[in-house]
Amino acid sequence: MTTSDTAITSDSVDSGARARVTEVLRANADAIADRWVQLQLEQALLGSDLTESELHEEADALVAALAAALDGDAPVRRLAYSDRDLNRIVTDLSLRRARGGASPTVTSLAVLALKQVLLEHLRGATRESDELLAAAVLINQLLDVAGALSFEVYVEGREAIIHRQSHQLLEMSTPVVRLWRQVLAVPLIGTLDTARTQVVMENLLQAIQDDEALVAIIDITGVPTVDTAVAQHLLQTVNAVRLMGADCVISGIRPPIAQTIAQLGIDLSTILTRATLADALAAAIKITDAPGPDGTDGR
Amino acid sequence: MNGHPSAGVPILQLGDVLISGLLNELDDKSAMAFTEELTQTISSTGARGVLIDISRLELIDSFVARMLTHLTTTARLLGARVIVAGMRPPVAITLVELGIELSGVETALSAEQGLTALGWHRAAPTRAGEAR
Repeated sequence: MTTSDTAITSDSVDSGARARVTEVLRANADAIADRWVQLQLEQALLGSDLTESELHEEADALVAALAAALDGDAPVRRLAYSDRDLNRIVTDLSLRRARGGASPTVTSLAVLALKQVLLEHLRGATRESDELLAAAVLINQLLDVAGALSFEVYVEGREAIIHRQSHQLLEMSTPVVRLWRQVLAVPLIGTLDTARTQVVMENLLQAIQDDEALVAIIDITGVPTVDTAVAQHLLQTVNAVRLMGADCVISGIRPPIAQTIAQLGIDLSTILTRATLADALAAAIKITDAPGPDGTDGR
Repeated sequence: MNGHPSAGVPILQLGDVLISGLLNELDDKSAMAFTEELTQTISSTGARGVLIDISRLELIDSFVARMLTHLTTTARLLGARVIVAGMRPPVAITLVELGIELSGVETALSAEQGLTALGWHRAAPTRAGEAR
């Protein structure tokens, strides 16, 4: 009996509080938005890129969306996810800060700062402590979830940026250049991992097919270290080039790397290697000249 | 020439060179039939070279890869040199990832280059990896 009683009261208080908060939001929309912007400015909770007018727009939209979302009867705890407008606005707000370089703390605090503003306005609207408490609980439920959502979106946004950058890096760092007639070269810079080997292989094989190249030179001057994994990846690339019907020369093996390879007992004896790119090019030209029995000298 | 069902893969004879091209529909059965037919043709024509163009193949599974290695070995025993020409980049990458190196199988970029290599009875361009 007591439990059902409390349930009923908490329900009714809940809906009453909900109506009250909505009413406060609607009545003081401009004031709340202004105060929120002011708070963010005061606390220096800003990414460098956001201007004050942008903040105002953001604030107006958020306050309106909150009021509209509270008007419905979806559960408060899930509003930040279930209400489409609210969800979009919080997401945008978070993404904008993520791109602008604001920290995750700043981003979620920006959303949570709205709590303080709402509570200030509520205190003006009612003196009844029960009502105030219920409304405060409701605001907390609503904005905590919104804060969590903003954090989540922020991390996702950052991850997307990181993903894009590493993709660009991958593309940038593996150009295939044509050095001579039927001779291609790939200057490798940085560590060779599986993903990069894949990209190098794809680019190189495609270029071999397009240019009908007979020799591919892989220059590893820019590869800091060669361990068994890297050597394995190199061997794979060389094998793939051979399967295509072209030859492969590896150049730019620096003395320390040569020593490492010898010490690790990696067998590169099946691969043609040269110390410098120049030597490799000379060897490659010799290879392309060799099968030119039809009278042309390969130039 | 033989009583076996044909693989449906044409084998053309140009002088002492046999030319054939594999299409994508090669299943295990027709791959076996093709090996059989090609081996028979090599021995009956006394061909010195075989060119297999695989530029139409978009996929080579381990079975076909083993067939190619097997075919090369068989042909070598019969005195013919096999060149596999025109492998596509994705196919090469897949084979390497499967750990299939097609060791012993000679390759060429295109059918034309493969023929050049076969037509001129010279050592192929020195290949560090194929010193045999």
